[in-house]
Amino acid sequence: MTDSNRNLIDRAALRAAHATPHGVARRVKGLSDRAIAWLFISPTIILLLAINIFPLIWAIQLSFTNYRANRPNAEVVNVGLRNYERILTDTDTWMAMQATAHFVFWTILLQTVIGFALAYLIDRKFRGHAFWTTLILIPMMLSPAVVGNFWRFLYQPQIGLFNYIVSFFTGIPPSSFEMLGSVTLAPWAIIIVDTWMWTPYVMLICLAGLRSIPDYIYEAAEVDRASPWRQFWSITVPMALPFIMLAVLFRGIENFKMFDMVNLLTGGGPGSITEVASITLKREAFEAWRTGQSSAFAIILFVAVFGLANIYVKALNRIKQR
Amino acid sequence: MRGLSTAHSVVEPSRTAKRVAGTLVILYALISMIPLAWIFMTSFKSPPDSISYPPKIVFDPTLEGYCNLFTTRTRQTSDYIESLGPPSGICDEITRNRNMVIAGPSKYWPRFQNSLIIAFGSTFLAVSLGVLAAYGFSRFRVPLADDLLFFILSTRMMPPIAVAIPIYLMYRELGLSDTALGMILLYTAVNVSLAVWLLKGFIDEIPREYEEAAMIDGYTRLQAFFKVVLPQATTGIAATAIFCMIFAWNEYAFAVLLTSGTAQTAPPFIPTIIGEGGLDWPAVAAGTTIFLVPILVFTILLRRQLLRGITFGAVRK
Repeated sequence: MTDSNRNLIDRAALRAAHATPHGVARRVKGLSDRAIAWLFISPTIILLLAINIFPLIWAIQLSFTNYRANRPNAEVVNVGLRNYERILTDTDTWMAMQATAHFVFWTILLQTVIGFALAYLIDRKFRGHAFWTTLILIPMMLSPAVVGNFWRFLYQPQIGLFNYIVSFFTGIPPSSFEMLGSVTLAPWAIIIVDTWMWTPYVMLICLAGLRSIPDYIYEAAEVDRASPWRQFWSITVPMALPFIMLAVLFRGIENFKMFDMVNLLTGGGPGSITEVASITLKREAFEAWRTGQSSAFAIILFVAVFGLANIYVKALNRIKQR
Repeated sequence: MRGLSTAHSVVEPSRTAKRVAGTLVILYALISMIPLAWIFMTSFKSPPDSISYPPKIVFDPTLEGYCNLFTTRTRQTSDYIESLGPPSGICDEITRNRNMVIAGPSKYWPRFQNSLIIAFGSTFLAVSLGVLAAYGFSRFRVPLADDLLFFILSTRMMPPIAVAIPIYLMYRELGLSDTALGMILLYTAVNVSLAVWLLKGFIDEIPREYEEAAMIDGYTRLQAFFKVVLPQATTGIAATAIFCMIFAWNEYAFAVLLTSGTAQTAPPFIPTIIGEGGLDWPAVAAGTTIFLVPILVFTILLRRQLLRGITFGAVRK
């Protein structure tokens, strides 16, 4: 690596030496650093303004109207804050928020506990741990929609593998329960799939946290005859905490936005028991075509994610500073 | 026992601890592979085998799922089928055994092609824009740099459905609905935040002295960027490109809402594969398997950069 760097520099120097008379002139003619900085950064900013910010502003504007995208020629009336009022007082919204909260809470809890435990075990550095770690990582790289779709097959009551395995270990007949069709089980069906997919994610970040703890701290603890239990709670957990919190932040944001996997597994059903916020939003915006009202809901969701994430990042920074 | 272990550092786990840890991790890995193994196995089952009870672990492998995935078929009388000449291939034969003939290609391959075009196009754009912006943020004092970088990241926090509402309207106005170009631009905008953050980290790691040496030797800043910085950042650019590619490849929410026909990608298409009398699970499994293989390869290639990619460069190891 360093050798090739040096070669490169040598070649660059050589080429520059040949070109010295022009080189000076070219340098004067070259763009100023300031111009280059803006030249380099502005395409990204312009793209984001066009595809993220402009639509966002449009959505804010629409959220104050009764606009419906399936009736582009109908008269658009400004309704003020009525859309926001309607959404915040609608029981459906709160049902969706409850479903989202249930989903986010349990997925994060399960993924953090299992992910951290796995990372801790992998950090024992048993033989072959690198291979098994790579294998464990595979589910999180796959398309949640395509894989989620296939889980519908695994969850089939009579023929599905999931029900068969459960009945194999518990003796409950496999056709006696429907993971996706039952009001009590469906929320857990989506939690299981999400946990299966994303535990590796938390595991990977936790593993980085565990590996960042220097050995000498454990050596010192050993000299002080701290028990393994004590070492775990006084060294391992606190020092890995910023990493765990980072993983929770990323999973939290992602699962708050959750759409694809749930849309394919349950579509929000049965009834609306697994209707997380994004599914409600899709129904309102693209099935009921209440564009104005759903824009208001979208803004509320965005502000919620953004606000919660900001508060969380502040807390994270405070923990890091300790 | 004690005498043996003194050679190790005190923090080295004991042999029993390693064995227990290894067993548990391997157990988890194997259990978590079951759904993927099942997809793979189902893709080689015949439709009756795929829905048998108890689920079949041993079965006669057949290519029927793959044949059904790529073709559309019509039912014919056995007299008609017998009147045809010898079958032209393995799929022809399998189809005829089910009293059907191949009517034409299915939409799977066009959808797969859309996925390829959109993933490659948006990755190329996102990485090109990203590497320029990342260099700008890394090397120059940009006013409000932190705010701009945070702004770039924050675009990632919006729920895709929330973004999709105005994008849908905007694309309808601009005639970009259900076009590959529209999807490429959209995925570029989503991916560019990841690209900027990741590439800034990679470029920060390249010593400034390299460019400065080149500039003293007469290179302009632009030449130094193209001839010194870019070659140094190859690994980072490759890793970033793969992450962008995986996102675009896997994306479903925008694709299902904004494409319906000509520009539809594979993720919204695969769940709609249906056969006669219910879902044709072997065909779905075959489509899923083909769709997942590139990602498996990428994951193995990327394993050292994975951590960095999934945390937007926040954790670098």
